[in-house]
Amino acid sequence: MSLLNVENLATYFDTRQGTVRAVDGVSLSLEKGETLGIVGESGSGKSVTCYSLLRLIPEPPGRIVSGTAIFDGADLLQMKKRDLNQIRARKISMIFQDPMTSLNPYIRIGDQLIEPLLIHKICNKAQARERALEMMNAVGISDPIKRYSLYPHEFSGGMRQRIMIAMALITKPELLIADEPTTALDVTVQAQILELIRKMQKELGMAVILITHDLGVISGFCDRVSVMYSGTVVEAGTADDIFYRAQHAYTRGLKKSIPSTQEKGSKLYTIPGSPPQPIGPKPVCAFAPRSDLNFTEEEARMKAQFLEVQPGHWVEVHPASVENYKEYLK
Amino acid sequence: MSLQDSFLEIREVRSWFPMRKSLFSNKETQYVKAVDGVSLSLVKGEVLGLVGESGCGKTTLSRAIMQLIRPTSGKIILEGKDLTLLPEKELRAMRPNFQMIFQDPFASLNPRLTVFDTLSEAIRVRHKLRGDELKAAVGQLMIKVGLSAIQMNKYPHEFSGGQRQRIAIARALAPEPKLIIADEPVSALDVSIQSQVLNLLKELIQSMGLTMIFISHDLSVVKYMADRIAVMYLGKIVELGEAIEVMANPVHAYTQALISAIPTLDPKSERSRKRIVLQGDPPSPIDPPKGCSFASRSWISHSPKDAKLDGVFMEVKPGHFVEVHPATVENHRRYLPDSKFETQ
Repeated sequence: MSLLNVENLATYFDTRQGTVRAVDGVSLSLEKGETLGIVGESGSGKSVTCYSLLRLIPEPPGRIVSGTAIFDGADLLQMKKRDLNQIRARKISMIFQDPMTSLNPYIRIGDQLIEPLLIHKICNKAQARERALEMMNAVGISDPIKRYSLYPHEFSGGMRQRIMIAMALITKPELLIADEPTTALDVTVQAQILELIRKMQKELGMAVILITHDLGVISGFCDRVSVMYSGTVVEAGTADDIFYRAQHAYTRGLKKSIPSTQEKGSKLYTIPGSPPQPIGPKPVCAFAPRSDLNFTEEEARMKAQFLEVQPGHWVEVHPASVENYKEYLK
Repeated sequence: MSLQDSFLEIREVRSWFPMRKSLFSNKETQYVKAVDGVSLSLVKGEVLGLVGESGCGKTTLSRAIMQLIRPTSGKIILEGKDLTLLPEKELRAMRPNFQMIFQDPFASLNPRLTVFDTLSEAIRVRHKLRGDELKAAVGQLMIKVGLSAIQMNKYPHEFSGGQRQRIAIARALAPEPKLIIADEPVSALDVSIQSQVLNLLKELIQSMGLTMIFISHDLSVVKYMADRIAVMYLGKIVELGEAIEVMANPVHAYTQALISAIPTLDPKSERSRKRIVLQGDPPSPIDPPKGCSFASRSWISHSPKDAKLDGVFMEVKPGHFVEVHPATVENHRRYLPDSKFETQ
């Protein structure tokens, strides 16, 4: 049985401009110890998906409209807040994008680190301190005893992100959700942090969901990848499926528009237009206005279907998104 | 290259910021050596990519070139005129010639000015246009950067990130500059929008004969945009050369690490590939270590005694300059015998 199984999750936000369908029918599943990458541009709903799982969405204006998220046999979306608190930071931990703002500047690093252990009454303060020092060592912070009583501003960005990782992993969770953990960091530090997450994953045998907009980060790191566009998953499969056999025009476009894949001097490939605002009635295919495939008006009205084109490789098939759609759509 | 053909000449520029200790302390003042002796020269129409981690001084250097801060020492010569010697008034008259594009299009545009206000102000620096003529000029400028002239009465918040960056580019182009410094112009943008803006910049450089310093921490973007690449580490240039040459044959250990950190889109090779992962963080620029500042992070084995030596910035191949030091270049003796290094 899978560790986490999300079915048809939808999270809407009520705004003055109308209802924003931030997440609109997302399904994911994750095995124990597996790494799932969620790729998409800003506004594609990748962060909202993960925030919804831990019910971290501010309600109102947000609301989870439908869906189930079965973790260890219980539905995260339906359970009582009290039960959910037993899971948060104990079985599921999260790392946020910006290490500068996600630590409390008034509280010493050590006290923030041991907070999850004390809240969940896993051990007493002395034991917690021991474990925190161990953890700081494991994430590569030298001189942990001295640094334990420092404040966040005395740490560099890379070190703060290490602290965030140590804090997320101190309870030995079964699932780690990392929301763009390296975006705010330098390239060289980025490599260190990814290496660290991978090392910790091996040691603890936990599953990881890695959210990012950078396909490059995903390629070597994830077992499976889901590509999100405008609140839905448009393509999902193994890393090899996505990088060698991508079917959806958006996935292909994303890959083609990365400068390192292009000849110097040539014009960069671009996906025309910009991502849509998911307000108003749901279009049959959100990508159609930006697609460079040829399709007739009649074809444009067809309903897109999320189909398994190869075992384990799912694609949202529509004339505007898949070139040989006729093979899949009846 | 003779001095005559260089369009922009930066000579031994230092930008130090004094640190305030306590009021009554009689300790020597310490300095943050953000830029510590940078020399570069650009020919007309060239794009120089400036790469380095945050805190290495690339933004301070660009601000010093723009004369937004006066450098502590050194010369910045634009078309034969030393900007550091010009009085404020003459400098102001020169300013239209050099413009800047900033990283964050959400912060760099005034939210209370319409696109027309923002751009017309910049156009009038050079041309005293009014009324319909001014409107036409703004319209043309907007079309040039891929916006439509109908949108000129809108406010910045009505545009997406990519469009806003286009407005920022239009504003930089309005005074008809010869030199543009683009400080991470695409880092804040989404992948699919990034390539649109890069294409636009490339087109403009070619059609308008601009000279550009393109700052980024993303080597794959720099490789695409730049003719030459300069790699900065802790206030100094450590490697400089043709973009293709530097990317294909990096000599400095830091450049090698940066290039190895570029992720590829090939999961199979990515899984088996051994990345060079640098240890720790860069040392503080307040009191940089004596000798080679990279030695503490280098994976190249060197004796602790060597680390105290000063590196030598030298031409290892025609047009390819590297800071050679036992800790920064493998087999450094290829280029320099040990006796050439000076002890500090």
